[in-house]
Parts: sequence; structure tokens; C-alpha cells
Amino acid sequence: MEKQELLKVEGLKQYFPIKGGFLGRTVNHVKAVDDISFTVYEGETVSIVGESGCGKSTTGRAILRLEEPTEGKVEFRGVNLADISKRQMRNYRKDLQIIFQDPYASINPRQTVASVLTEAMEIQKVLPANKRRHRVEELLETVGLLPYQADRFPHEFSGGQRQRIGIARALSVNPQLIICDEAVSALDVSIQAQVLNLLEELQEEFKLTYLFISHDLGVVRHISDRIIVMYLGKIMEIGDKTSLFENPKHPYTKALLSAIPVPDPDKKKERIVLRGDVPSPIDPPSGCRFHTRCPYATAKCKVEVPVLRTASSMKEGHEAACHYIEEIESGEKQPNY
Amino acid sequence: MSVPEIILEVKNLKTSFATDSGEVRAVDGVSFKLPKGQTIGIVGESGSGKSITSLSILRLLASNGKIKEGEVLYKGQDLLKFSEDQMRKLRGNEISMIFQEPMTSLNPVYTVGQQIGEALMLHQNMSKKEAHIRSVELLKLVGIPSPDKRVKNYPFELSGGMRQRVMIAMSLACDPEILIADEPTTALDVTIQAQILELIKELQDRLGMSVVFITHDLGVVAETCDYVAVMYAGQVVEYADIRSLFHYPKLPYTIGLLKSLPRHDIEQDKLEPIKGNVPSPHDMPVGCRFSPRCPAATDLCRAKMPQLETDEKGNQVRCWIYSEEWDGESEVNIYGETRIAKSRGTETVLPD
Repeated sequence: MEKQELLKVEGLKQYFPIKGGFLGRTVNHVKAVDDISFTVYEGETVSIVGESGCGKSTTGRAILRLEEPTEGKVEFRGVNLADISKRQMRNYRKDLQIIFQDPYASINPRQTVASVLTEAMEIQKVLPANKRRHRVEELLETVGLLPYQADRFPHEFSGGQRQRIGIARALSVNPQLIICDEAVSALDVSIQAQVLNLLEELQEEFKLTYLFISHDLGVVRHISDRIIVMYLGKIMEIGDKTSLFENPKHPYTKALLSAIPVPDPDKKKERIVLRGDVPSPIDPPSGCRFHTRCPYATAKCKVEVPVLRTASSMKEGHEAACHYIEEIESGEKQPNY
Repeated sequence: MSVPEIILEVKNLKTSFATDSGEVRAVDGVSFKLPKGQTIGIVGESGSGKSITSLSILRLLASNGKIKEGEVLYKGQDLLKFSEDQMRKLRGNEISMIFQEPMTSLNPVYTVGQQIGEALMLHQNMSKKEAHIRSVELLKLVGIPSPDKRVKNYPFELSGGMRQRVMIAMSLACDPEILIADEPTTALDVTIQAQILELIKELQDRLGMSVVFITHDLGVVAETCDYVAVMYAGQVVEYADIRSLFHYPKLPYTIGLLKSLPRHDIEQDKLEPIKGNVPSPHDMPVGCRFSPRCPAATDLCRAKMPQLETDEKGNQVRCWIYSEEWDGESEVNIYGETRIAKSRGTETVLPD
């Protein structure tokens, strides 16, 4: 079956101005997302991973135009969302939904569940008013809550249940793409597993496409088809799940994977401990953004920005932005700690 | 193997809070032992009482909290019987603590050096100058670059990872016997977490500290701890050495927890979540607190609270399956794993 492009991001940039000085002029920019491109196909789950400040959430928000992107194209079914008017954009909002991290903060505490769920249906006119109540109850059942809970307020639910309400709200307008921004990060493991399973079931049932934003690589491995690794506003590596976890090529991806503690006391692996902190996105390092912490960095890395490419040892669709993929692989380049 | 000295033993600790809606028993029967020089992990989900346990050890509870019962034996002496004065001499000196949020646990209006120096001047009678020199040494010990400059920084001038290093430097100021680390890496990114975990381990080896590590992250536990106490709804429900716990957990809750964990290092088919939610502290089940969610629960489980049973290795589990009174099957299926009940089965054989 031919894969259908659903979302195509091209050259996306999101700069936030920093005002300062005597006249409050823009003195600099936080380059939160700096020229990234990727494609999401229908029915798949693509994850964006990275540490805080890498631009993963900003990417999600820019796609939905919750923040107007500085530059670049966001094509949804061939229409550039960054180009159309706000009014036109509103028509697309029902196709693109978002689930936020904090189930406590993203639902209005003064609305009942039913009114939270009908609000979007009303605005998007997805159903005639007399059928909405029935739909609310149906939605609650879909996400594993009970229909009679429709008239309760958010505080009467636990964190996991509230996240289910967030999911129901996203589903209420029959979306095609759901952006899950750290949607399970605030939940305890046992509840997190429930919600992850629910997301998978819903994907199958409603043919949903997910853009999953997370810092938890365990969760990401479980749910994704393809993964994008970001660092300081740039894509470092992109590939299908197996390639990325079993055959990572970028030194950053390798370090990131090796840094995660494994829940098995007998599995002692070699850990690559990165020096220092993530540099500031206001004045990101020149050349390869990772060069200040990379154990393989050379003079070339400081000046030349590496582009995403597929080396001969990599599968099709697996790309990494590093000058020295081959040399590191052959052992010609040794890490310099 | 010689019996190692037990530096800290908590026995049947019970801590309650008086709230508007009645008494909340946040910690309700916590027991564990920490051998000298080793690390014990206290794991549990939110609300399981792990942080309250650590605060109870140092008697740092909020004013509406009260330790109702139990003993906290530090080198054989019950800390709960100490006077407030004696406790003050102990805190930050022999037993020190690091917290999850390095931004809120550091004082924003004092420099890093002043904050580290405070404990030194108080507990070790150092002069201001000596304290300053020692502060710089400590910052160097925890791997902060150019410590002589950093010592004059305020907390806001440091990154999250650096702040956590400062917290650690502060807690190490008086060479503590026990370090209590309450989610010390939870707010940090994984690459920074790796640095901090490495640091704690290295310092422990060098200084011979014993560590109580409180976390919700089973990966962190597997990597740093020698023993684990699993907490659920205010109780220790399983206590075991690290290998037994991860390779052959006995308690259905622990098995479920490990099965719900999405792993980055292996391919899993489907997660096996635990059904339902953690019980509300106002409405605890009568019997085993996990029984409403447990796939193996019987009438006995629902009616009567099990006690911690100790096995031949010294590991403990709070579950009827491993008691003489068990009324269910002799082979119990729990989240796809089989456990042999004590009363009806034979000896348990560890799988490879």
C-alpha cells in the first residue's frame, strides 16, 4: 500500500524575540526551532524526542499555529497551514488536535465533563445539538470512563482519568492527526500503561495519526513507528524505531540512549556520560550544535553544519546529521573524553 | 558472608496528617533495613508515602503531621525519642538530605558558598574563612567547573544540573553517614541525570556513605540500589535485594509495575497495565490495599490485611499468596507470570 503523506513540515523555524535595551527593541532571538523538515504519513505514529529546550514542544505548537511560525511550510493534506488566514485555519482545527501534558491545567475546572466535550463540537459544528449528549456518553465509554460521569467536574477525577477526558476532548471532533505533547509524562507507571494502551486502541479504531512528543524514550519505543531526535532546535537523527534504537548513528542519539537507566540490575552497559549542559538556544554553537558536548568533535564540526544523510550502513529512511558517521563506525575516529 | 552492620532500621513507622476531612494515614506500616555503605531504594507511585517516610526519618514533617508509631533506629538509637536539640545536631551533619527541586530548595538570596558554609559553621565550628575554603573544595568534589568563581554565584545563575550538584555538595559538607536523596534526578534531563547518578555513586564509594534513594523510576533503582522497598498506599509491600526484585518479584503489584513499564532497551508487544487507580487515603480497602486492583485477589485478600512475611533470604513480601493461610490456587497466574503459593505448592525454583 502506498503511504499517504498527511503532514509535511519543511524548513520550519520558530524564533522568539528577546526584547531589551533602552527602546525595548528586539536584541536577539531564542532559536527554539531552527530549520527542520519531516513528513508524517497517514496512520503512523511519529515521535519527537529530546531533552528540555530542544524545541520538540515548540514544533508541535508551531504546526497548530498556537504560536505563529517564523518561517517554513506546514503542509496538511497539501495545504500550507502557515499560509492561510486564521479564519481558514479554524476549519482545520478539527482535523488537528492536541493533548497536553498536564491534565490538571488543560481542562477548565469550572466546566463539567459534558460541557468540556461539547464545546469543540459546537464550535466545529460536528453534530446537531440534540445528538451531542449521546456522543459525549459514547466518547466517555470509548476512553474507558462511564457515561454517568458526564456531569461531573474535573476535580472529581484522578490524573489518569483526567488525561482520558483530554483524549476524549481531542476525539470529539473526529480528528485525523493528534499531537500528544508529553501526554503520559505526568502519569504514574501503572496509569501510564493504561493510557498508552488506550491510545493504541484508538489509533486502530479511528485510523488516527499521532505526532508524539516526549522525553521518555521507553514510551517512545513502545508507541512509535518512526522517531525524530532533536537537539537545540535541530534534527539530529530520524529513522524507523528499530534502526534508531538498535543502530543509532548520531553520537547524541547514542549518548541519549546510553544515559537512560535500564530496569534490569544485571544489564551493565557502557555509558557515555556527556560533559556539561545543553548550551543556550539564544546563542547556539556554530556548525554542528552538538559539537560542544560531542566526544568526536573536530574543527570541521565547529564551522560546518552537518546535513541529514543516509550512510551506506543505514536503512532507507534512516538519516543522521553527522560528518563522521562512517569514521565513527569503522573505529577510525575514537571518542575523546 | 558476615552480617553487615545495619546503620538505619525503620520499624513499623506510622505517620498521619490531620486534615479538614479527617486523619490521613500517609505512612501506615513501613519497615526496612539499610546495611552500612549500601543503598536502599524506596519506590512507589505518587501518594504511596515514600517522601513522607523520608521526612519522618528526619522528623521534618509539616505541623499537622505526626508520627504515631514505630521506631527509626540510627546506629541502634531511636531517633523518634531524640530531643529537638539532638535532632538538630544530627540533621545535615550525620544524616543529610537532597530534594527533588533544586531551585526551590536553595535559598535564592544567598550565594552558593554561603549556603554550603552555613552547615559547616554550625556543625563543625568552622570560621567563615575556613568554611569558604571548604565550600570551594566541595564544589570541586561534585564536579563544578571553576569552583572558586561558582562559589560566589546565586542559584539563579546556575543550570538545573549544576544546582543539583550544589545541593549534593551541601549535603556532603559534614561527611554524613547517611544521605537521603528524595527524587534527586526527577527534574533533570536524562543526560544530566546520568551525570548526577554517577556522581552520587562515586562519592558513596569514596566516602563510604549509606544512601536512601527515593524515586518512582525503576530504571534508576536498578542502576543505583542494593536493596529495594516497594511502597503502595502507605505501606512497604515488598522488600528485597535488587536482583530478586527485578528477576523474580513476588508481589502482584511489583510484577504489574514491571510489566507496565515501557522499556527503551527491548522490544515489547503490549504493556500489561494494572487496572484501576490507587485507593484514596480517606477510603482504604479493609484487606490488602492492592486487592481491588489485584488479578489474583481472593476473599481472604479482600477481608484481611496481610503482614510482611520474611523468606530465607531475608526478603519480605506483604501478600497472602506466600502465607500458610492462602485460599486460592496453588499456582497463581499474575500478569502472565506464575507464582507458587506457599501453602499448596512446593519449593519455588528460580527461573534462569
